[in-house]
Amino acid sequence: MAIIQIKQLKKIYNSTQVPVHAINGIDLSIEEGEFTAIVGPSGSGKTTFLNLLGGLDNPTSGTITIGDEEITKLTPNQRIKFRLKNIGFIFQAYNLIPVLTAKENVEFIMELQKKSKTDRTKRSMELLKAVGIEEKANHFPRQLSGGQQQRIAVARALASRPKYILADEPTANLDSTSTENLLNIMENLNREENITFIFSTHDARVVKKARRVITIEDGKILSDERKN
Amino acid sequence: MILTVSWRNIWRNPTRSLIVMGALLVGMFSGVFTSTFMNGWMKQRIRDGVETEVSHLRIQSPEFKKSGDFEDFFTDISKLESDLFQNPNVNGVSPRLSIQTMIASAETATGVQLFGVDPDKESQVINISEKVIEGKWFEGVKRNPIIIGQKLAEKLKVKLRSKVVITIQDKDGNIVSAAFRIAGIYKTINTTFDEMNVWAKLSDIQNLTLLHSDVAHEILVHTNNYETINEVVDDMSAKHPELSTLSWQKFSPEFAVLTEMGNMYLYIFVIIILLALGFGIVNTMLMVVLERIHELGMLMAVGMNKRRVFSMIMIETLILSVIGGFAGIICGIWATDYFGDKGIDLSIWSEGLEEWGYSAIIYPEYDWTVMIIIAFLVVLTGIIAAIYPSYRALKLAPAEAIRVI
Repeated sequence: MAIIQIKQLKKIYNSTQVPVHAINGIDLSIEEGEFTAIVGPSGSGKTTFLNLLGGLDNPTSGTITIGDEEITKLTPNQRIKFRLKNIGFIFQAYNLIPVLTAKENVEFIMELQKKSKTDRTKRSMELLKAVGIEEKANHFPRQLSGGQQQRIAVARALASRPKYILADEPTANLDSTSTENLLNIMENLNREENITFIFSTHDARVVKKARRVITIEDGKILSDERKN
Repeated sequence: MILTVSWRNIWRNPTRSLIVMGALLVGMFSGVFTSTFMNGWMKQRIRDGVETEVSHLRIQSPEFKKSGDFEDFFTDISKLESDLFQNPNVNGVSPRLSIQTMIASAETATGVQLFGVDPDKESQVINISEKVIEGKWFEGVKRNPIIIGQKLAEKLKVKLRSKVVITIQDKDGNIVSAAFRIAGIYKTINTTFDEMNVWAKLSDIQNLTLLHSDVAHEILVHTNNYETINEVVDDMSAKHPELSTLSWQKFSPEFAVLTEMGNMYLYIFVIIILLALGFGIVNTMLMVVLERIHELGMLMAVGMNKRRVFSMIMIETLILSVIGGFAGIICGIWATDYFGDKGIDLSIWSEGLEEWGYSAIIYPEYDWTVMIIIAFLVVLTGIIAAIYPSYRALKLAPAEAIRVI
């Protein structure tokens, strides 16, 4: 069952002399529980596509419907609320809050959701355990390796119990062992909790794990391949 | 947790934060201390002026108030005195004859204001008797004693026990003279006052001017404390509407102006300092926002709404302002307390200061209401200074902000 419906999505940047068609008429459906990789060369529009999908940016035209909500019609504040409730983000540069510990970074999202202190503590420890980093709960990001930070980012993305996780090149800054560990964690979460993962990547190891691979070039879908 | 994040964010760049706090500390310390210094100086001048020169309130005939003429005296002084003492707030009453006259020594002569007073009563309304530095207040000279200021003594080239001649108009308009001997030389912080005012016994002046004993040009009144002055003024104005009863503020408005000036200087000074510091805070917080564009974009991406982003920057600014500003105020209060006891000696400029009636030793003073208002102004500056940086943070688009490295 398609839970994300994208119709005739376009994003044109007019800030340069020549308008840039970053996304040029994408139609796409994504089903619940998919583990999807968006691939394509640099500048193909992967990140723009993820930003639009996450409601971080407005499309020039077209619609994105997630569940029952057409997010392209929401106001910026409504989109923030929608993201907080439904979408988890994992960024290439981890983007943890540097002044908070691993545990506090995970709890922060739940605090934004106004969860109780007990719930926050319980859930954050569960998540840190799930990503195998509970012993680093009280460490600050600067005290952790890239792989460890990205695992905390995964835990943070899961903290709000989102239905979808959008990951923008999550393994780009990781070594092969960390990449393998992270992919296993994400794959397990996908299988066990039926969370839909959509990530942009250049990484062949990620593509290998993905069950659906969508190739984008010049803002258009070049191929859409499902694996068994 | 927003508070925790804001607090820890401040210490991400401790040098910068400490510089901002230090600037606030120094600025507010200077503001508070300079203000309390001015305040103490003004209040001291007022206290000296009121307690030495003017007294708490003064009763005169409206005619004398206007003209200062010898013949504008009023009678029934004993009745007025007893009326005044019926008011429980009154603790001193001194009827005076106040006459412009000439005083001459063997060397020279000059015009002065002569007060004919009962020495004991006068001591109860002003503290001039305590300012006698040579001789004693109407003691040691049996006939026609007179008290003059040190500056006048220098001008007349006279010493203690020297003889001076007072030339005066009697009640019939005749010019009469009498010799007086200096029983005491006083010195206040106001050399102009010292040069212009002399005291003689009321009975001696009555004899000289042929006035009977129950008349005066004015009555000086001293009350229990400053708060009850207006009560006594109202009471006497109601009982004797034919007379002019004025508090020290009305009688010597220049002293009342000093109070206003003290407060005005304080607020102007503090506001200028805060304005300058406010721009510094805006600059620092703008740097903070620009340095953290990526992070702020990420926070908005993960679901932090604009109100919280705004609050976070606002709280950071407020913490910086409040810590620095309040530390400055506390240091200012501490320095005021310290120098309030010890005094700040400006005696190298004492001659100039004393010409204007200001003491050469300043005791800074503060009052809590003013300090609370300054603290409030610090918080207000923090809030105003935070608005623009916070607004800039609000205007960030998450997708663009995340791309900034």
